[in-house]
Amino acid sequence: MSDLNISVERPPLLTFTVPMVAILGACLGFVTGNVFEQPMVGCVVGALIGALLSVVLAQFEGIARRKKTWSTAALFAIAGLIFGGTGGLVGGAVVGLCLGWFATWIGSGQYRAGVPTYYTAAQTLWHNVFLAIAAMILFFLVAPLVPVMWLSFNAQDFFTFTPAMLAFEAEGYSLKHYRNFFDGGGRPGLGLLYGTLIGAVVGGLLQLLPNAERSLGKFVIFALVGAVLGVIVGKMWGVSGAEWMTPLKNSLIIAPFATLISVSLGTLAAIGLSQSHVPFRQWIMAIMISPMIVPLIISATGMFFFYAPLGNWLEATLGLNQSFVGYVKVILAHAVLGVPFVIITVTATLVGFDNSLTRAAANMGANPVTTFFRVQMPLILPGVISGGLFAFITSFDEVVVVLFVGSAKQQTLPWQMFTGLREQISPTILAAATVLVTISILLLTTVELLRRRSERLRGLSPG
Amino acid sequence: MNKIKIVSTVSALSLVAGMAHADGHMASDMTLVSWGGAYQQSQINAYTDPYTAMNEGVSVTWDESSAEAVAKLRAMNEAGNITWDVVDVVAADALRLCDEGLAMEIDADEQLAAAPDGTSAEDDFGDLLVGDCFIPQIVYSTTFGYRTDMVPDGVAAPSNICDVFDLETYPGMRALEKRPINNVEWALLCDGVAKDDVYDVLETEEGQERALAKLDTIKDSVIWWSAGADTPQLLADGEIFMGSTYNGRLFAAIEEQGQPIGMMWDAQVFDLDGWIIPEGLSDERKARALDFVYFATDTQRLADQAKYISYGPARLSSAPLVGKHASLGIDMAPHMPTDPNNAANTFLYNYEFWADYRDDIDAKFQAWLAQ
Repeated sequence: MSDLNISVERPPLLTFTVPMVAILGACLGFVTGNVFEQPMVGCVVGALIGALLSVVLAQFEGIARRKKTWSTAALFAIAGLIFGGTGGLVGGAVVGLCLGWFATWIGSGQYRAGVPTYYTAAQTLWHNVFLAIAAMILFFLVAPLVPVMWLSFNAQDFFTFTPAMLAFEAEGYSLKHYRNFFDGGGRPGLGLLYGTLIGAVVGGLLQLLPNAERSLGKFVIFALVGAVLGVIVGKMWGVSGAEWMTPLKNSLIIAPFATLISVSLGTLAAIGLSQSHVPFRQWIMAIMISPMIVPLIISATGMFFFYAPLGNWLEATLGLNQSFVGYVKVILAHAVLGVPFVIITVTATLVGFDNSLTRAAANMGANPVTTFFRVQMPLILPGVISGGLFAFITSFDEVVVVLFVGSAKQQTLPWQMFTGLREQISPTILAAATVLVTISILLLTTVELLRRRSERLRGLSPG
Repeated sequence: MNKIKIVSTVSALSLVAGMAHADGHMASDMTLVSWGGAYQQSQINAYTDPYTAMNEGVSVTWDESSAEAVAKLRAMNEAGNITWDVVDVVAADALRLCDEGLAMEIDADEQLAAAPDGTSAEDDFGDLLVGDCFIPQIVYSTTFGYRTDMVPDGVAAPSNICDVFDLETYPGMRALEKRPINNVEWALLCDGVAKDDVYDVLETEEGQERALAKLDTIKDSVIWWSAGADTPQLLADGEIFMGSTYNGRLFAAIEEQGQPIGMMWDAQVFDLDGWIIPEGLSDERKARALDFVYFATDTQRLADQAKYISYGPARLSSAPLVGKHASLGIDMAPHMPTDPNNAANTFLYNYEFWADYRDDIDAKFQAWLAQ
């Protein structure tokens, strides 16, 4: 199709470019005018500015589009700074960027760059509207996070954009909600030291093993992972009674154990259920994934009445510590919720698994356990890992079941956020959310980078 | 291979044994249930910090579940696994829990401290000892706050409950609690019913209709709140002109956050908040809970709480001991709902009336809301 695209032509200036840019200018002017409670005036002024801009930009033919766009943004930003201070600077830059980009995009005829030449005007319009809708969907998925992150730096204890914040004045901003969040002691510095040391030592020792690949990179990776884990463990060490760190600690205790259990059980179940000779496979599968289908509140109520006598028995008969039993109950309950995710992802990867490989391994004298760990596991690992990630997030995000099954000692981070939001609406919740989003992004990026690296190493992608 | 197995088995066993061993003294561990936020913080400062300092080895876990205390206690009771030791509830919830046998009965004179001058606890708490299980802690009030910068020019700031219903003089949105309690009383009061007759009128079908009809006049200008934090947030946003909430929340917004909010105390409704001890605790835990409650509701401790939050202590003997705010250094007495200047015109939550009529009026109110 690409050979059908020829170099684009400039559309007529007065009958096409000017009105189009004027329309966008009117929309932006309407929004800006609303700030000063004069939407209609803003609308007209915006349309005029848009029309003027498109004519002016059309006069500079030799300059690249990008330069035109950025200089428009700079011009608008300066105008904003003069009329509205720091807030005007940011607003002006954003409006200028939009308008400048749109004016040059329309003016240079680039809007036809993506479609074949024989497309009619209506088809081109639909093509671009479709792109705009797709962009809007992405925008609306991500946009709600922006005010959350912005507000988390609020200097006040309310979910309110103060005038000082909107004017980008330093006194409107504060890190106090982050301080609140991380309040509660711990020894992150010491943890960093020990973690790095232990990681480095383990990395070094591994290199001494026979047949090990020796490289400095591995050593550094071990030290880095050790440092990260060390900071987390150090920060959580000895924390108790802190408003946010204790729940975070509980979440970090519960989620990994629940993930471990659901990954082990879920993987085994998926492998078993993918064997054709297992009777009632469909029924067993349906029961196993039912925690995902049954409304959570129903599961939670059921689990409450199931685990309470179990806990009583553990405490009374085995004499176990009450808070230990509490953790066991929550971990088991969360593991149940995580199992379906692991079963589904692992079953999906098993579909592509060639069973003649296991027969070949058996032919060469490997027992089933060796075959599993040396042949099957490496091939289905991506499914296991993504199932594990889902199980981890399920446990880490879960609030209903833990409210029922857990007692106050097992209060997790989502539980604390839930009560905090209901009782006090404190922006510390926003700080917590920002920290969690950042961690999730870092975690997923790391996993994705590692996956790409291993694919490249295995020669699966040209990378 | 075998050695590794032995080592791991032994270490796993010793881990379990270690956890079992920690069991020894159950009553050194206490789970308190409260409302979270500044209120719970004031309890930590005034009650549990000194208590754990005095009793070494006692650890306190907080559960912010007072809002669903009744439902959770019922469920715990049914499952036979009560994890709470002392629970902070409003008086109405305490009465329900007591009726259902979920809360322990308390003999005030036996189990609570006498006043320093020797007045018995029963006399010191006076009328506030409602029900057989409730141990009063504070008097709080539901009252109004308004944006001082949104009062129209040339008009005095609102000072009368009927200003809430006066949309002409005071235009703007109001925030009211999403339940009939308090709202219908205020509506009748502003519809010309004398204060003493409010509950007599409310008993009748026509009276209830009349209250809803009065609320109808401002319905389009009302945002309905369900959590105490909503109104301060809405006031800070400037989304409402005035709204009802607990007086301590308004105090925090005004004095601690410096928001441009004024108090309107007229026709504030007093309510009580206090402790109950769940029925069915083991003897050790019950002993610990009673010991804590004895300490936490004595005259000095109740007065100390007022250093951190503007709720009035429930004991008569605590009132003279109320001092200055712990960090702001301002006098707390004028911010108490019980202060004579603030308490010129007040209601006391009518437990008997609402116990009898709550379900009925609630249903009518919700139906009216949905119209």
